[in-house]
Amino acid sequence: MEFQAVLMAAGGGSRMTDLTYNTPKAMLPVGNKPLMWYPLNLLERVGFEEVIVITTKEVQKMMSADPKIKQDVKMKLEVVCIQEDGDMGTADALRHIQPKIKTDILVVSCDLITDAALHEVVDLFRAHNATLAMLMSKAHEFTETVPGQKGKKKTAEQRDFVGVDESGKRLLFMANEADLEEGLSIRKSILRKHPRVHIKTGLVDAHLYCLKKSVVDFLTDNKSISSIRGELVPYLVRKQFSKTINGQKTKDDVEDQNQKKSDSSTNLELHISSRDEPLLQLAQERSCWNDHRGDMSEAYHGGKLRCYVHIMDQGLCYRVNTLAAYIEANRLAPKLFEEPVVHPSAVTSERCQIGSDSIIGASCQVAEKTSIKRSTIGNSTTVKEKVKVTNSIIMHGVTIEEGCNIQGSVICSNAIIGRGADLKYCLVGNGQRIEPEAEKTNEVIVGTDQLMEI
Amino acid sequence: MLADGPEKTGDIERIKNEGKELTKEEKQRLRKEKKQQKKNKEKKDEKAPLESEKEKKPASSSPASQATAQPPTQKASSGVPAPAPVPVAASEAPSPVDKPAKSKAELKAERRARQEAERASKQSKKGEVGQQAAPSKAKAPPSELQPVVKRLPEHIQVDNPEVLKKLAKKLERQQIPLRSDYGYKVSLFSHLHQYSRKAPLTQQLSIPSSVIHPAIVQLGLQYSQGIVAGSNARSVALLHAFKQIIRDYTTPPNEELSRDLVNKLKPYISFLNQCRPLSASMGNAIKYIKKEISNIPSQCKEEEAKSKLQDCIDCYINEKIILAAKAIAKYAIEKISDGDVILVYGCSSLVNHILCEAFEKNRKFRVIVVDSRPRLEGREALRRLVQRGISCTYVLISAVSYILPEVSKVFLGAHALLANGYVMSRVGTSQIALVAKAFNVPVLVCCETYKFCERVQTDSFVSNELDDPDDLIVTRKGKTHLEHWQDVSSLGLLNLVYDVTPPDFVDLVITDLGMIPCTSVPVVLRVKNVDQ
Repeated sequence: MEFQAVLMAAGGGSRMTDLTYNTPKAMLPVGNKPLMWYPLNLLERVGFEEVIVITTKEVQKMMSADPKIKQDVKMKLEVVCIQEDGDMGTADALRHIQPKIKTDILVVSCDLITDAALHEVVDLFRAHNATLAMLMSKAHEFTETVPGQKGKKKTAEQRDFVGVDESGKRLLFMANEADLEEGLSIRKSILRKHPRVHIKTGLVDAHLYCLKKSVVDFLTDNKSISSIRGELVPYLVRKQFSKTINGQKTKDDVEDQNQKKSDSSTNLELHISSRDEPLLQLAQERSCWNDHRGDMSEAYHGGKLRCYVHIMDQGLCYRVNTLAAYIEANRLAPKLFEEPVVHPSAVTSERCQIGSDSIIGASCQVAEKTSIKRSTIGNSTTVKEKVKVTNSIIMHGVTIEEGCNIQGSVICSNAIIGRGADLKYCLVGNGQRIEPEAEKTNEVIVGTDQLMEI
Repeated sequence: MLADGPEKTGDIERIKNEGKELTKEEKQRLRKEKKQQKKNKEKKDEKAPLESEKEKKPASSSPASQATAQPPTQKASSGVPAPAPVPVAASEAPSPVDKPAKSKAELKAERRARQEAERASKQSKKGEVGQQAAPSKAKAPPSELQPVVKRLPEHIQVDNPEVLKKLAKKLERQQIPLRSDYGYKVSLFSHLHQYSRKAPLTQQLSIPSSVIHPAIVQLGLQYSQGIVAGSNARSVALLHAFKQIIRDYTTPPNEELSRDLVNKLKPYISFLNQCRPLSASMGNAIKYIKKEISNIPSQCKEEEAKSKLQDCIDCYINEKIILAAKAIAKYAIEKISDGDVILVYGCSSLVNHILCEAFEKNRKFRVIVVDSRPRLEGREALRRLVQRGISCTYVLISAVSYILPEVSKVFLGAHALLANGYVMSRVGTSQIALVAKAFNVPVLVCCETYKFCERVQTDSFVSNELDDPDDLIVTRKGKTHLEHWQDVSSLGLLNLVYDVTPPDFVDLVITDLGMIPCTSVPVVLRVKNVDQ
């Protein structure tokens, strides 16, 4: 077996609490499918047959109840439950499942929606015998107005600085703005080996990583690393140019390393070298290939730890971890799959106008003289007469009484919108009631229990 | 007479067959078989039996035979069909009678024919396949006279749709995706595959590859992207991958390791072939491994067999590559004298090794590295030599006739040495050898014996490799002129990888067996085969 897939579905959705206080992020509906269905579908399309899903008990219960996951996903899902309140980072979760890991792993986050060709990432990992290969994409501007946002300007998100070499494949530098207090500093050793570095800031990390098995073993020895994205990846990228890994191993070096047994870098290097290392060395020596030219060093500058990145410039790649991304994803996710606009089990009357870029879920009831444009209607929703729904996301089990006008809003599950209500750019939480003839613009209507949770 | 005949046959045969008892039925059967053989022998066009036949029927056709002593064929063909039993009996009967009348040569011929007949009958007695043996024996010689047409390998018949269909079926059976050809192929080379590096075979594979071992997928990718390039490097990497396969292999129940493992290797080899056509050295390594696997005795335990195979692989690499390089370096250093100016082409791992060794033995020489597009491998050779401290000059192949007056020797590496003495190497090598010959500069080819191959080729068209044509596209000052070459219908890009150098241009081949002339390659091959 070459790879084992690991799906991280225990995330809390801390950046969109309005949506996730009742529904876990992994099960939020996007285009009437639970969010985690998309990465599972991606893995299935590529050819995986088994996935290890790390999630909470709540999500596991919802997964077994969800028809889409039960029927459509043909792979074998091995669910590993972890505590929801325990502060388990993604790397901690990997450490938790270390006994199950027998080969190299492919880690995917549950909020990734993409149509990327995964073989590009995996080919980099295989061909260069890399320790880490990841996927990134050019970020797209979100154009839709986000409900509940006061003012136009978004809070400045912390930028990521990613440095790649000339070919655009080798990852040289990765840091988050938060970690850089005074300025961006690049080590001389990196510049000496790679004189041309391209630093990019407008990239979205797809949180899809190919990691060698030795990295998982390394994590068990180093309990201080708790997040893959935040700590492990920058650590690996930095370690590529570390002095202890490169260079010839003389007797003195070995003695030094024995002294610093607690040094984590030694462990990593020991983990990386494989059996039959001399044969691989011989093949590399005899091969007339070099990954760079202009200096006197051999291929890869003799380094054993290599990190690669594939940057997509075309195609879809979204991380649904903010409200804006959620809305954007709902808009575009249906385009990934050829599905009928109206679900066969939905009951729609003839005199309603349903735009072609909308989706009507299963068992819906749409009455006459309604107009639904650019919206997503969830399962088991009832829409009464003379309702206008534009640019909105309506989740499951919602009742919309007559004469309502809903524009640019997100209505969560089991909400009831009273008749004649006029909602513009609002977010209505789970199970909320909007009184009839209400007029709300740019408001977030959530229950009192959620307000307490700050 | 006729009655006596068979008995006398029996006597003669008894004497000849060293006292074997013949029953009547057997004698009759013998007679019938002899008749059959006679008929077949007519078809064979052999002179001896026909002559003896002619001699043997003087009784039946004495005036005719005496009249036409010479052309036995016509007589035989006319004589045999009609009086079938007569010549048989007559062949036995008159022999003792006409003895004094015949000369010694005729007697010899007779005896020979008789012996042949009896040998044939003995074979037919031994097995019931006698009837078939004789006609098959008769059939075999005529077909030997016809030209033996071997099957052409499929990788040079790409323009034949039937061959492609067969290949597609074979790959489907082995569950390996078919790699499609890319771009317009120059008509002279339309019988070869041409792939694009941007469309790797892994696109069509599932990501956790279950059909093909991950080590092989990795190797195939490295071949197709050129990360592992060069004959020796490819073979070593291949053997390394085989070691991993053997390590991960478990014999399924009711199967033998010696047969099942060989079958497991077949789809992997097809996969590697699709990624990049196999080199001659790889082919020889695969043959060796397959032979070693099939020679594993069936009572050998699995663990033992696996460790034995891994030792075999290590041994092979050590002998044929590492030690061979040492031996070749030893011989080659004798040929390098102080003050030499050595010309090398491209990046040959063996030639680089020789030069580094010679430099360490304190020979004073300088090197001229000749390079060519699009691979520009000479840069890597230049780097390795300069790193050691050897003083080098770097030119492109277009300047080779300018630089040659300075050169005292040319050292070339080889991808394979063909059975007719031709050297198959990187494209451009034959040019260098030609120009060197014109300038009377000695050309020495360095090649290990495991790269010797039984193929025969006299030109570079028949069997070659076409690399990605997009490699020829170059961007200078921001302009890429050939960017849309596919849109121009009359333009084709050709990126050849190999060419063959005739043996007249090569003065010496340095192998681990010694320094031999180019034409001694078939001798080495023959000796190798006898050894194995």
